[in-house]
Amino acid sequence: MNIETILAVVILASLVLYALSGGADFGGGVWDALASGPRADAQREAIAEAIGPIWEANHVWLILVVVVVFTAFPSAFAMIMTALYVPLMLVLVGIVLRASAFVFRKYAARRDTGYRRWSAIFGASSLLVPFLLGLCPGALASGDIRVVDDRLITSLTAGWTGAFAIGCGLFAQALFAFLAATYMTVETAGDTDLQHDFRIRALASGVALGPIAAVLFFLARVRAPVIFGALTGTWAPPLLIATSVAAVGALYALMVRRYHLGRACAAVQVACIIVGWGIGQYPYLIVPDITFANAAGPPQTLRLLTVALAAGAAVLFPSFFYLFRVFKSTAGGTEDQADRATRSINPTTRSSSSTEL
Amino acid sequence: MSNLGFARSLMALSLAFHIIFAVVGMGMPLLMVIAEARWLRSRQPVLLDLARRWARGTAILFAVGAASGTVLSFELGLLWPAFMRFAGGIIGMPFSLEGFAFFTEAIFLGLYLYGWDRLSPRVHVLCGAVVALSGLASAAFVIAANAWMNAPVGFTLVDGRITDVDPIAAMLGPATLPQVLHMAIAAYLATGIAVAAVHAWFLRRDASSAFHGHAFRMAIGTVLLTAPLQFASGDVIARMAARLQPAKFAAMEAHYDTRAAAPIVIGGLPDDKAMTVHWAIEVPSLLSILVGGSTDAEVTGLEDIPRNRWPPTRIVHFAFDLMVACGTALLILAMWIGLRLLRRRAVVGSPALLSACVIAGPLGFVAIEAGWVVTEVGRQPWVVQGIMRTADAVTPAPALAVPFIGFTAIYAVLAAVLVFALRSQFIETAPHPRTGS
Repeated sequence: MNIETILAVVILASLVLYALSGGADFGGGVWDALASGPRADAQREAIAEAIGPIWEANHVWLILVVVVVFTAFPSAFAMIMTALYVPLMLVLVGIVLRASAFVFRKYAARRDTGYRRWSAIFGASSLLVPFLLGLCPGALASGDIRVVDDRLITSLTAGWTGAFAIGCGLFAQALFAFLAATYMTVETAGDTDLQHDFRIRALASGVALGPIAAVLFFLARVRAPVIFGALTGTWAPPLLIATSVAAVGALYALMVRRYHLGRACAAVQVACIIVGWGIGQYPYLIVPDITFANAAGPPQTLRLLTVALAAGAAVLFPSFFYLFRVFKSTAGGTEDQADRATRSINPTTRSSSSTEL
Repeated sequence: MSNLGFARSLMALSLAFHIIFAVVGMGMPLLMVIAEARWLRSRQPVLLDLARRWARGTAILFAVGAASGTVLSFELGLLWPAFMRFAGGIIGMPFSLEGFAFFTEAIFLGLYLYGWDRLSPRVHVLCGAVVALSGLASAAFVIAANAWMNAPVGFTLVDGRITDVDPIAAMLGPATLPQVLHMAIAAYLATGIAVAAVHAWFLRRDASSAFHGHAFRMAIGTVLLTAPLQFASGDVIARMAARLQPAKFAAMEAHYDTRAAAPIVIGGLPDDKAMTVHWAIEVPSLLSILVGGSTDAEVTGLEDIPRNRWPPTRIVHFAFDLMVACGTALLILAMWIGLRLLRRRAVVGSPALLSACVIAGPLGFVAIEAGWVVTEVGRQPWVVQGIMRTADAVTPAPALAVPFIGFTAIYAVLAAVLVFALRSQFIETAPHPRTGS
């Protein structure tokens, strides 16, 4: 495997991890926006508690993708940032608003209008960002963005305003929402009512993924032939089978209330979808003009970057493992977890009382 | 304003906004960890209380900092695609390493903020120490990339194409160490005085508060250590600028004529047409002494630099003087405190000193903002000193006024809400039964 391919795999792996972690955090925000019923506030609090300790770290996967692309494939980075200027600017607005709203809401001194206003902004930006992020791979795969002699010759609306990209945006939204709801069924272990709420949401969004995926499949034939090629090519059967088994498995597990299994299946399903897209997109960064090979930076930089990534991973994965073990290992242990939740003197989630300090 | 003007303004706004949070993200974890480590030794509840209160403020600021930092990493490409295409392969390394440092920071901050009752106290304080260290590392890597823009090395330019790229040499160029030191010290100094100011405010009403007393002493301790160091590092970085970026240095000092026995020009209004500075205070020969060690040393003035390569003199000179003035004020404050300590008198005992600390609270941040104006505006018209002009790096995307206005509005609202949120964190939870005695 040449070094560009290794780095392409790193980028794809980071995107998968971003979707599984950061994507689910955005999905949590979607359910915050759509919280309803008698337990709407409890749903919101459960979501906030689940994503609170981890969302900032999860978010860094996206930054890692950005820095690896601009270090290793600088000319592709320049083109992508120009061609997708409009949706990415809006993504930035969404990211800033979501992060600020989340933290302001959590620290809102009184649970009054301030709390509701930040809640609304948190929900709205969580809805917006996955859609806009979904537009980007759709646009890059569409073949509508053209580069000649290192110059972008198509307009700034090319690609991301097409039907396929918009379909990808909607698909990303639904996918992240499904992932988040499935995770939440595990997070809310110990509270049957809440667990039921998220189970219904996971099932509904999981089922909704089907028709969107079908529409995307037919759109891809004309609008994104490389993706269609991947869906019908050599790699397709094992990936399609794995994705379908995971999708059906997730829905089945949710039906029979085996939530840990459901979470695992949903994660596999999402990973398969993104890997499938990556295989279809390879060797292009921007179909059809920019490839990993022709956009690669200086070879010394690529070699050093690979070493740095390996060294970074050696620090990163144990740290992440520790973070998740501390905050996520008790989830699911029913009584223990409920007990912890009430004993918690976590100053951030229970900020209204000052006596704890 | 032109598209280039809006792109530069948006980048400046994003940097000016983010730098506050980046600095707090370096300084606050250090203070938190010191407070908690002292609690581990002495088991005085007030110290734990303090670590927790500081942690809450840090949590709010860190979230906004993480988001505004993401904005910057995208804006590098969104606003300056030609720069990134040229420089990505050369200075991507420090950015990638910064990515990992930031990862570590975010992971361990999550552990620290949410792990009070899930981790043993020792592990908890260690997590805080990792946050402080990775915050410093992350700043060092970003500064290394900026230092390369000021003093680009580690590649060869042949007919406009780069060859022989050495990313390590690029990362460790001549400007890296001076800039990293100057910025790191600035971060601890600015955070220290800002935190000291908050607690001095409360001490003015109740000098006996153990809570605010501990907090104030710890914060002012960092000021005492860093204010003198910052003067030394400022001298190093200024001499580096004189050597590597004579145009920037001449603009900083509003120095037009190349001459020996060059004076230091304080204040005044630089006049590019007449090549003179109106209404300034001049200290004879001091610039030559500072740069070259003797009054005979010749200092290059703007006259030896083609006009189209001058940075905007007035902005750079004013920003430089503002930075130095803030630094000097903080040094005087540190000396005042040092004198009181030498005479074995309590620092919190003087209302005048406490008032001075309250007033000095924002000065560290003002100095940092002004200092970045010197660095960035002083490098103009270049984005990469001597190699690539800013005008050649800007995106072809139209209507950059729209994102500029949008982000200005968002950042203005966020700043207002932040101040309110931090205020309510302190005021509504401040009175505490244990802290009164």
